[in-house]
Amino acid sequence: MIPASFDYFRPQSLEEAIGLLNQHGEEAKVLAGGHSLVPALKLRLAQPKVVIDIGRISDLNYIREQDGKIAIGAMTTHHVIETSALLREKCPLLAEIAPHIGDVQVRNRGTLGGSLVHADPAADWPAAILALDAELDVVGPNGSRQISAKKFFVDLFQTALQPNQILREIRVPATPRSVAYVKFAQRASGFAIAGVAVVVHANSKTVSVGVTGVAAKPYRANAVEKSLEGQLLTAESIAAAAKRAANRIDPLNDIHASAEYRAHLARVNTQRALQLAASRI
Amino acid sequence: MANRNHKGYFGKALKRTEDPRLIKGIATYVDDLKFPGMLHAAVLRSPHAHAKILGVKTENAKALPGVAGVYTAADVNPTCGLLPCASPMPDQKAPKHTVLASDRVYYVSHPVAIVLAADRYIARDALDLIEVDYESLPVVVDPEKALEKNSPLTHPDLGSNVSFTWSVANGDLESAFQEADRVIKQRMVHQRLIPMAIEPRGCVASYHPGEGTLTLWTSTQIPHLVRTLLPGMVGVPENKIRVVAPEVGGGFGSKLNLYVEEALCCHLSMRLRTPVKWIESRRENAAATIHGRDQVGDYEVAVKNDGTILAIKSRTIADIGSYLQLLTPAIPTLTGLMLTGCYKIKAMRMDVIGVYTHKMSTDAYRGAGRPEATYVIERVMDLVAAELGLDPIKIRLKNFPKPTEFPFDTATGLTYDSGNYQGALKKAQQIAPWDDLLRWRDKARQEDRLFGVGVSTYVEICALGPSKMMASGGWEWGCVRMEISGKVSVITGATPHGQGQETSFAQIIADKLGVPIEDIVVFRGDTAVAHYGRDTYGSRATALGGTALIMSAEKVIEKARRLAAHLLGAKTKDVQFKDGKFFVRGKPKKSVGWGLLAQEAYVAKNLPPNFEPGLEASSFFEPKNCTYPFGTHIVAVEIDRDTGEVQIIKYVAVDDCGHQVNPLLVEGQVQGGIAHSLGQALFERAVYDENGQLLTGEFMDYALARAKDIPDYVMDSTVTPSPSNPMGIKGCGEAGTIGATPAIANAVLDALAPLGIKHLDLPLTPEKIWRAIHNSKPSKSK
Repeated sequence: MIPASFDYFRPQSLEEAIGLLNQHGEEAKVLAGGHSLVPALKLRLAQPKVVIDIGRISDLNYIREQDGKIAIGAMTTHHVIETSALLREKCPLLAEIAPHIGDVQVRNRGTLGGSLVHADPAADWPAAILALDAELDVVGPNGSRQISAKKFFVDLFQTALQPNQILREIRVPATPRSVAYVKFAQRASGFAIAGVAVVVHANSKTVSVGVTGVAAKPYRANAVEKSLEGQLLTAESIAAAAKRAANRIDPLNDIHASAEYRAHLARVNTQRALQLAASRI
Repeated sequence: MANRNHKGYFGKALKRTEDPRLIKGIATYVDDLKFPGMLHAAVLRSPHAHAKILGVKTENAKALPGVAGVYTAADVNPTCGLLPCASPMPDQKAPKHTVLASDRVYYVSHPVAIVLAADRYIARDALDLIEVDYESLPVVVDPEKALEKNSPLTHPDLGSNVSFTWSVANGDLESAFQEADRVIKQRMVHQRLIPMAIEPRGCVASYHPGEGTLTLWTSTQIPHLVRTLLPGMVGVPENKIRVVAPEVGGGFGSKLNLYVEEALCCHLSMRLRTPVKWIESRRENAAATIHGRDQVGDYEVAVKNDGTILAIKSRTIADIGSYLQLLTPAIPTLTGLMLTGCYKIKAMRMDVIGVYTHKMSTDAYRGAGRPEATYVIERVMDLVAAELGLDPIKIRLKNFPKPTEFPFDTATGLTYDSGNYQGALKKAQQIAPWDDLLRWRDKARQEDRLFGVGVSTYVEICALGPSKMMASGGWEWGCVRMEISGKVSVITGATPHGQGQETSFAQIIADKLGVPIEDIVVFRGDTAVAHYGRDTYGSRATALGGTALIMSAEKVIEKARRLAAHLLGAKTKDVQFKDGKFFVRGKPKKSVGWGLLAQEAYVAKNLPPNFEPGLEASSFFEPKNCTYPFGTHIVAVEIDRDTGEVQIIKYVAVDDCGHQVNPLLVEGQVQGGIAHSLGQALFERAVYDENGQLLTGEFMDYALARAKDIPDYVMDSTVTPSPSNPMGIKGCGEAGTIGATPAIANAVLDALAPLGIKHLDLPLTPEKIWRAIHNSKPSKSK
């Protein structure tokens, strides 16, 4: 890697990291697992003056039950999520998604928080974070605040996080086993062209559908959810609802998939994810 | 002959002796080399596909602390030679291929300036400080549009985008088409591919001003050819140049070339009298190392209703990019020569037009011209079978030459050395088993699933080749030296670089000399050690390099026989050699072995009269013909109707590469070849936009096959020895790449046949298939 030169800081605590971030502002980039920032540094797409490595902050790597929810430290790696017995039991959607990310080496380094903050529109996690209505706990110089998943993703590579804030924790609810993630991957990168995460809630009368890869930002397929509200999940009701998976969405269009094909795959994978989740009720 | 029937090493699936150092990460690649005072180079490349250079300002870059120099065309072009093309065409128009762009750039990544600095970071930083004033010019990226009247010109001074034309024709084409019951036409596109060796290119040049000698360590397949070509570029005579290819992390043809960066590093090392290193980045590798394929052709075949193929003709456009690299024009000629595949086709014609565009040059990439030919003829066989309602296997069998018809003269003017195409096809059919696959397909179709079965029967040209076919010698050289200790040094000019000949050559010589394989070391890749060589490409190293070593070992044995006779007090003609021992015929108990012979040969106190000390011999092997490996690949696929995704259900490969020195190496070569081929069939492609920007310049966008994309292969072989070399070896480096692409394409198109879809161009991406399904009108005949 031949990046442009930068100053490197390795804070030992979140407070210290936020202090550095506050001091250097937009000239600084936070390094978590490095799987988004390092490629950008390598290609000099990112040329920050300061890199703040939060990899040594010990209290950001955990998965625990807390106040009826599951709290996940932002620096928890994809691999730890993939192999967490607690998540498999209480929030299996996350454990199901993790193996879709990169390969073993990537999952051993890359982190949930790093991925969310990077806000790649084709990353896998946002589909689940949206479908689970997760809460994101961010910390800045003026203390902490909670951002709902829906408000977190703003646009292509843009989140509601302020430049001097760090994502500390992601909180998700416990769910039944009736969840699913179905993804059509881009061949080269492995990122999602259409990744659909579904939660069929405990009453089986409501569903949540998060879609990633299709548009400039991940979204909840509201029209699908609405169509299934109070409905029995049958092959017919699912098929009819899934047709609405790309309603009022402006799909991305690139060499890997046309907008038309992306929208089509959103519908196909929504149908498949709903069927799979329903089969797990 | 090697001792094939002997209980020796030939034919054994030995693990590669080169692997431990590679796996442990203790091998030496170019980037591992460090020399005192070494400067690091970085190349400034054009962001435009076509532009005028109005000015280059280097002052700021030169002022950066740690920068040793910044050089532009004005600094180096006057003293650097032009980059050579070793396979020129008679009517060729070629631009001057200078090491740096002077007044214009002709492709994105065209080198414009080079920086030398104390480390790579400074060198890279300095690139950002060079100011180049460009005036962008009209761009042409589509080779068919490049032939239109009003097209922008790639090189305006050439007056045309046509670089060369070339034709091969034989037989009475006109009467064949008159005689035909039907003529089937198809246009086919061979997409542009990027070789993407895992180790990008790189080199270190070191000039010794006292000796006037130049050493170049470079990640290349062809150190000997580079040594032959460098004097014309840097002005140092050949006998003062040493070229070393250390460990090479993949080539696949992309390192079968001489590149501007190699010449620039040599030139600057001479100028600054210090070693200069350049290591290519991945993006540079994608954009500025040669690409492969990129042909588009219209094909017409004349057929009889019984499936007899009478003739094939084609007009093919080869997109050669912006410059002729070392072998650029030769690649489509290989397509022409192999166009009739493994069939008796009496008449053929292929006209090739080599067209310049504002893209990276194309050149040899795994298979180099042959995959295009095989893809065409194997798609044609299926198109004909479909048109005539014939079985794809039967139509192939109908047009094969019989095993007794070899050596077989093709309509393209080649002589296939040996073959039993029926044998390989039959074996693959049995292994599949073909009839089961057809039953699965029938059942799937009843359930409205898209299931297809495809076959390809290929033949390719290897062991290139007789010198009369080659630009500068098609022989190979090898040396066998029995050291004073009885250990054996084997030196090959064939420059294996990952194919495994450090193992297989040791197997051959261990058998020949009757010594333990552990006593042999194979040396390669250094022109100071292997004095002559024509290196590795075209699956030539084992067939040719192995034979040169066998010849040398035989000479060593004959010399040793004289010495043994002297020591045994016998006549030379009475001395027999077996299993590493020399003895008088009928008296095997009193023998002398290599240990004693080696010692006596070098100590040289008790030699026969007129006996030169030492036990060493070298040989050049000049083959009489190329070799023609062949085989059958059978594939079954199922297509997801909703997404267009292809899943490979079954993959069977039966390859015939003649005798196999080491079946494990053969299997590895074929497996790797299929992986490349599968990529071409299903997802790999280089994409340039209309402005000539490369959109697939890294692994995030260029879909190379990965481990998880590879299906389970069932692999087997038949053995039809080649008469072209004494070991009967045909070669296997490209077989998989050549055989697999059409087999996969045929299977996919077979799956889509019930929808009335006859042909789709590669790569068969899910979206392309989904669109075809979406737009199809299902035929009633399913």
